[in-house]
Amino acid sequence: MLNPIPWRIATISAVHDETPSVRTYTIALPEWPGHRAGQHVDVRLTAEDGYSVERSYSIASEPERTGEIDLTVERIEGGEVSAFLHDVAVVGDRLEVRGPIGGYFVWEASSPGPLFLVAGGSGVVPLMAMLRHRARAAAGARSTIPTRLLFSSRHLEDVIYRDELDRLAAAGDGLEVVHTLTRSQPPGWTGYSRRIDDRMIAEVLDPLGAGARTFICGPTPLVEVAANALDRLGLPRDRIRTERFGPSGP
Amino acid sequence: MTDRFVTRGFVGRRSDPTSPPGVDSGRSPADRTPPGQYLTRDFPILSAGPTPRTPLDRWSFYLEGLVREPVTWTWDAFTALPAKDWTVDISCVTKWTKLDMRWRGVSIDTLLEAVELDPMAAFAIAHCDGGYTTNLPIGDLVDGQAFVAWEYDGRPLEAEHGGPARLVVPARYFWKSAKWIRGIRFVDRDVPGFWESLGYHNRGDQWLEERYSGD
Amino acid sequence: MEDERATDAQADHVLDGNAVAGMLMAAFGSEMSAIPGQCAHCGTMSMVAELRAYTRAPGAVLRCPTCAGVVLRIVETRDAVLVDARGASYLRFARR
Repeated sequence: MLNPIPWRIATISAVHDETPSVRTYTIALPEWPGHRAGQHVDVRLTAEDGYSVERSYSIASEPERTGEIDLTVERIEGGEVSAFLHDVAVVGDRLEVRGPIGGYFVWEASSPGPLFLVAGGSGVVPLMAMLRHRARAAAGARSTIPTRLLFSSRHLEDVIYRDELDRLAAAGDGLEVVHTLTRSQPPGWTGYSRRIDDRMIAEVLDPLGAGARTFICGPTPLVEVAANALDRLGLPRDRIRTERFGPSGP
Repeated sequence: MTDRFVTRGFVGRRSDPTSPPGVDSGRSPADRTPPGQYLTRDFPILSAGPTPRTPLDRWSFYLEGLVREPVTWTWDAFTALPAKDWTVDISCVTKWTKLDMRWRGVSIDTLLEAVELDPMAAFAIAHCDGGYTTNLPIGDLVDGQAFVAWEYDGRPLEAEHGGPARLVVPARYFWKSAKWIRGIRFVDRDVPGFWESLGYHNRGDQWLEERYSGD
Repeated sequence: MEDERATDAQADHVLDGNAVAGMLMAAFGSEMSAIPGQCAHCGTMSMVAELRAYTRAPGAVLRCPTCAGVVLRIVETRDAVLVDARGASYLRFARR
């Protein structure tokens, strides 16, 4: 029987620092079948004596980019795989990867909008794949899907993809990015400065209306708060999709 | 195992088996580490569900099944039983081993003094808040081999680690040391517990590396 | 809303069925995250991805988001993946 999801050996072809604790790895994969925005891969590390660990990482790059994928990985204190990737792995190293995985937390630009994305920290990664895919689909198209990303980060310097999000939002194709900085804010900051709560969700969702399709990704507590808020606002459950990443990093 | 791809430079977050000092100075840490295990200084929390939080005034512990008369203790009565301090090494089937864990509690031998076991009783099924179960032959629980602990490292056992009280069976993988235990049912025919019924070894002796059924 | 946040540190470690999607795909041979199933304990319909996943254990335990009853249990042994689906009255695979 053919293995539906074989482990492949991928090569790190590029490394790029997003923030002081978050790095993107470009992985070149032979015979990659392509992916959908929102899917993830499993990465497996094996030591000489057979000890192995696996972790899942969302694919950050859009499906339109073929032959390679980007994985954006936050360095978690005490995290075996993230620490290895940050501290040991270099361009040219090879990793075992299987995927793409996921048929629930996925979005195609052909889906009807509007689109409401809620991210906490590295939870933005699968949503970024959606936004990059949306930008490619929007290019040249006459109408675009009204989209809002509500993005929670601790400090401004922790905001992953900050410059690219600014550029995407400035394209004038119906995307708005709303940040909240929960631990510290730069002087003159006029944006949200607290953890996501019911009121914030209601305010940011409002222009999109109750017909919005929502994707929430991040630490479990944030996902619970956001999903419950949308539920209380009366959004139908079948239009809310969630992906929990476990507790936040340090 | 088939040839596996080895990741350059990966060793994992594992303690050097020569580093932690041991109370049991007769054997080295390496000798005290069962096959396939790695030493840790942490106390990892593994759980199959939400942490139960039974208030002590509603907690009780029972022995029932193939006994002449079942018995139940309230928390106060249970913790007033003759207790002992235990320092033991613990191994989890997920491969971590922690040396010299200090517990306080009551031995199963002491608990069995309160009941008369039916001659047909051969196995003990531990029942726990949250629905977890595990099974052991009675022979694995007696003669000082097992206890119910309510203190770890000199402090009341935390809920995340199985408090208010958990079973501890040091000679078996830690899944047999049932967290949140509320009672033991004695039976004549074995009933595989939560993990034993889904691929894990029925007995779980870590020195024989009895991880999965068929091992 | 501070009092609504989980004070139980363990609650933070609860994931969802997305976290075991690779394991399930290896076992079932196809994508399982978007498959709906009915909880055998309370009747709630959830997609596998919506089940609450406890993965820090000898196996993975997927629980109903409504009643916390066990819906799926998954264990990876040396040469097999064992799946206990008794906690689901049924899983629904749409015809293509």
